[in-house]
Amino acid sequence: MSTTHVLLGLLAAGNRHGYDLKRAHDTRLPRARPLAFGQVYATLGRLARDGLVVATGQERESGPDRTAYALTGRGREELDAWLAAVEPPAPYVTSTLFAKVVVALLVADVDTARAYLVAQARAHTDRLRELTAIKTAPTATLDDVVAADYAIVHLDADLRWLRTTLDRVADWHREVHP
Amino acid sequence: MTQLAARGVVKAYGPTPALRGVTLDVAEGEIVAVTGPSGCGKSTLLHCLAGILRPDAGQVTWRGERIDTWSEAARSKLRRTEFGVLFQFGQLVAELTAAENVALPLLLAGTGRREARAAALGWLERLDVADVADVRPGRMSGGQQQRCALARALVTEPRVLFADEPTGALDTLTGEQVLTHLVRLARQQHTSVVLVTHEPRIAAYADREVMLRDGVVDTTGLGLERPFAGERR
Ligand SMILES: Nc1ncnc2c1ncn2[C@@H]1O[C@H](COP(=O)(O)OP(=O)(O)O)[C@@H](O)[C@H]1O
Ligand SMILES: [Mg+2]
Repeated sequence: MSTTHVLLGLLAAGNRHGYDLKRAHDTRLPRARPLAFGQVYATLGRLARDGLVVATGQERESGPDRTAYALTGRGREELDAWLAAVEPPAPYVTSTLFAKVVVALLVADVDTARAYLVAQARAHTDRLRELTAIKTAPTATLDDVVAADYAIVHLDADLRWLRTTLDRVADWHREVHP
Repeated sequence: MTQLAARGVVKAYGPTPALRGVTLDVAEGEIVAVTGPSGCGKSTLLHCLAGILRPDAGQVTWRGERIDTWSEAARSKLRRTEFGVLFQFGQLVAELTAAENVALPLLLAGTGRREARAAALGWLERLDVADVADVRPGRMSGGQQQRCALARALVTEPRVLFADEPTGALDTLTGEQVLTHLVRLARQQHTSVVLVTHEPRIAAYADREVMLRDGVVDTTGLGLERPFAGERR
C-alpha cells in the first residue's frame, strides 16, 4: 500500500501536522498496520523535498514535530494521477500460504500436507470470526465495517481454496510423486 | 442446557443415503452453523431436527424428550409453537400482504385478528420493513421479502429458529443485512438458531460450526467443533 499517497490524500482534506496525520490514517484505515510516527515524519520530509507538500509554519510552544503541512499543486496532481491509475490485478500467485502447501507436498506425505491445510483453515476461520464480531459490534463505524469486509472476503476466498485443495491433496500428491 | 439434539440420526431417500449417523447438540440461545458442501445432508439434518422429516434410525430430542416418535400432528404443533423456519426464498403467501403473512402463524395459533396484526406490524418495524406492511410479496425486493419471512418466523417468539441458506438468494449486502437482523433478534430473545450455510463467511456469525461431509460430522478438524473463543454474547 502506498503510505505516501494516503498521506497526500489526508492532506487534501486540510492542513495537518504529523501527529494528526498518524491519527487520521489509523482511524480511516482501521485494519491496516498502524503508522509509526517516524515513518510519518520521514515521509513528510521526502514529500516536502520533492515539493509535493509544504510546511505552513509552526505552532508557538511546540517543537519541530508540530509543523503543519499543506498539499501543494504538484502534490494534488500526483494524488490525482495515483487515483486515476487502475491497479493491475496481481500477475503472479505470491501467497506464502500457497507456497507452503506446494512445498509440504514435495517434502512430506499426504497426511502432513492435510494437517497443515486443516491447521491453516482453523486459523483463518478464527480470524474470520474475530473480524465478523468487530464488524457487527454496535460500536462499529463504517470505517471499521468496510475495512473488515475487505479482510473477510479475502479470508473467505482463502478458506474456500483451502477446503477445495484439501479434497485434492491425495490426487495432487500422486501427481507430484508418480 | 441442551435444548435440541440429534443422536445417531440416519436418513435415506430411497437408495440415496443423506445422513449416516449424525449427533449434534444445540444449547439454549446458541447459534450453530451447519456447513459443508452441497449434498452433504445439511437440509436433511435441519428437517429432521425441526420434526419435518422423521429419521430412519437414531433419535431427535427436544428438551430431553424424544420427538421423532411423535405423531405428525404432535410434531406439527411443536413446530407451530416452539419453532420458526426460514428458507432460502419463496415462503410468503403471494395473495397476502406482508402484515397478513407475518400475522398468519399467530392467527393459526388462535390469536385475535387485531392483536395478530399489531404484533405483525411490530415485527416488520423491528426488521425495518414497516413501509411494505400492506404490500404483497410480488411487489417487494428480495431483501424485503426475506425480512418479512424472518418476521413471520419470529412472530411466535420461537425457542429455535431453523434457517436454511437464508441469504442464499440475496446479494452480499442485502444478505448481510438479513443475517445481522437474524443474529441480533435471536440474541435478544435468547432463541437458539440452526443456521445452514455452505459459506464460511456466513458461518462466522454463529457461535459454533459443525461441518457435515457425506452425511456424517466431519472430524478431520475442519468442522471446528470447539466454540468460538471471542466475546459473542
Ligand atoms: N427429496 C429428495 N429425494 C431424493 N433425494 C434427496 C432428496 N432430498 C435430498 N436428497 C439427496 O440427499 C442428499 C442430501 O441432500 P441435502 O440434505 O439436501 O443436502 P444439502 O442441504 O447439504 O445440500 C443428497 O444426495 C441429495 O441429492
Ligand atoms: Mg440444502
